[in-house]
Amino acid sequence: MSSSATDVASVADLQSALGAHSYLADDGLATAVFLALRLERPLLLEGEPGTGKTEVAKALARWTGGELLRLQCYEGIDVSQAVYEWDYTRQLLHLRAAEAAGRFSQGGAEAVTDELYTERFLVRRPLLAALDHPDDGPAPVLLIDEVDRADDEFEAFLLEILSDYAVTIPELGTVVATRPPVVIITSNRTRDVHDALKRRCLYHWVEHPSFEREIDIVRLRVPGVAETLARQVAGAVAELRGQGLYKPPGVAESIDWVRSLAMLGRRDLDDAGVEATLGSVVKYREDAERVREAGVGALVKAAVQRAG
Amino acid sequence: MPADPIDLLRVAVAGDAGLPAEFDESRPLAAAVAFGRLLRRAELDVSVDSVAAFAEALGVVGLDRRNPAYWSGRATLVRRPEDLDAYDRAFAAFWSEVAPPGPGAPARAEVALALDDDDEAPDVDGGDGGDDDSDPALTMAVRFSAAEALRDKDFAACTLDERDELHRAMARLRVGGATRRSRRRVAARRPEGRPDLRATVRAALRTEGEAVQPRWRVPADKPRRLVLLVDVSASMEPYARALIRFAHAAVVGRRRVEAFTLGTRLTRVTRQLGWRDPDGAIAAAADSVPDWSGGTRLGDGLRRFNDRWGAPGMARGAVVVLLSDGWDRGDPAVLAEQMARLHRVAHRVVWVNPLKAAPGYVPLAQGMAAALPYVDAFVEGHSLASIEHVAEVIAA
Repeated sequence: MSSSATDVASVADLQSALGAHSYLADDGLATAVFLALRLERPLLLEGEPGTGKTEVAKALARWTGGELLRLQCYEGIDVSQAVYEWDYTRQLLHLRAAEAAGRFSQGGAEAVTDELYTERFLVRRPLLAALDHPDDGPAPVLLIDEVDRADDEFEAFLLEILSDYAVTIPELGTVVATRPPVVIITSNRTRDVHDALKRRCLYHWVEHPSFEREIDIVRLRVPGVAETLARQVAGAVAELRGQGLYKPPGVAESIDWVRSLAMLGRRDLDDAGVEATLGSVVKYREDAERVREAGVGALVKAAVQRAG
Repeated sequence: MPADPIDLLRVAVAGDAGLPAEFDESRPLAAAVAFGRLLRRAELDVSVDSVAAFAEALGVVGLDRRNPAYWSGRATLVRRPEDLDAYDRAFAAFWSEVAPPGPGAPARAEVALALDDDDEAPDVDGGDGGDDDSDPALTMAVRFSAAEALRDKDFAACTLDERDELHRAMARLRVGGATRRSRRRVAARRPEGRPDLRATVRAALRTEGEAVQPRWRVPADKPRRLVLLVDVSASMEPYARALIRFAHAAVVGRRRVEAFTLGTRLTRVTRQLGWRDPDGAIAAAADSVPDWSGGTRLGDGLRRFNDRWGAPGMARGAVVVLLSDGWDRGDPAVLAEQMARLHRVAHRVVWVNPLKAAPGYVPLAQGMAAALPYVDAFVEGHSLASIEHVAEVIAA
């Protein structure tokens, strides 16, 4: 809660702090986050979808109390969606009002023009909001999600902002962050992020968690779930990851699956339960077919065995 | 001019003032530099920046326990999961040198390990100017002489000299691309699309705030991504080199192109083919492909492509071109399944088969027959003329 959360003393402290906010980080991830906070560098998280990359930023924001500013990237994203835009509709209204008040005829054209490009009409998008943040209070957490979906040009632009923590608005001047935000960048690696950007960032490759950790995560995220169910689902998911599916389930799917099963009042994994809820874990028709071909019964059996 | 990397690092670290005063700065620095050298020898691309960051990180987590040092190195020095194995091996070697038997462990040993100067910090920006524009007069001459006569000759029947000639002609090929609608919008001449308030406000300022002239914006067009998969197995031997030249021309000639080779495995060669110089690029690509002229497992290779790159995004809405004779030692059912998958996400799938030009060719190769239902355009690719045609098909 303190404004100096980034002064956390050790990796272990960070781990327990994140744990208190429903995120279990392993040593590698915790060290990377710790270093990102201490060295004030952006952290690039790459990994399969559903391994909890985005969740890191959310947990960080919950813990530090900093505002979470999320920029979802997509093909063709540009400055007006990422940094700032002028509120044109209000500008037009303002012009009409000025005209109605006769300010143009009184030689006030210059003044009216100046008024148009002031903070009043500025719409702050996530990147600007992250830099232009009041001094007091915790630093905001800037989440740049799925950067691999954006175009290369946007990456170059991002690099510029992340090296100086400054951005220039031609009509207003340069905004420099008094305190750099905590920056988390995620990528599903559908294409390689440019080296220059990687060089600027700390890097961590996020893997699927180990069996025991997955159980811990599921139990933390779905409070009140029966332990046997959590263990068996983790076992089944581990089994599914070994089946060579197109889209192997991530932690997010494990959590969804447990939620679905719990919703149906199940306390154990059985054939009928799996049949009814397979859509929570396996999202492709071909994958579902493959699972059914290999046998739901066999899956349940293997899961129960793994759960021990 | 190239300063001693250690000095550079000193400046870098001191400049950030991130180190606690009581910390002996020389030790993590020497260790970081030494380790950076070690990693470069293991062929990891480690920049001076990364080494400086590692030194800084060591300053924060300390050098006395293995786990924090290991993870700090991973966070600062590694940028691709493929490099993790090499990193782990190098770290094991490094740690056996650095591991503190006691607090007074001498830093000397590490420095000795650091200072063999076989490799300088690689600054591979290739800033040596582009001499890629060959003499235009010469270009013209070539176009109208030999290359003209060679245009229809089968690559497999060419002599070495003729092949050189063709390769040069190939380097000048330009590959256009089908376009798609972008989310970006550009100014429209006529009232269409959506009103452009930004431009309208600017125009209104000129007319005393009266929005006399509404402005409009329409979606821009952008080129679709082009993905090339070149079969480099033994049966493709006579054609693979020519086709990889074509891939090179595409990669350097326009944006949003990705290139892979397919054989017994899948290798991404976009980066290697990004070199301007064709011979350098082809050599770099050939070096990085472990299975050149080996067997073919098209289905497996394609599956890897779909899993790792294609389905997650690279092939979505893209024009995907396979350059292969369709001979596959794997199970044709696998190939068919993967082609179906590819076809579902791609905008268009083009198959370029050098054998198709042979008189009376029938796609009997099992792989080819299995794949054909999922191919939007099936074209020849045995000569310069046919490759030029491929460039047109791709742009369509």
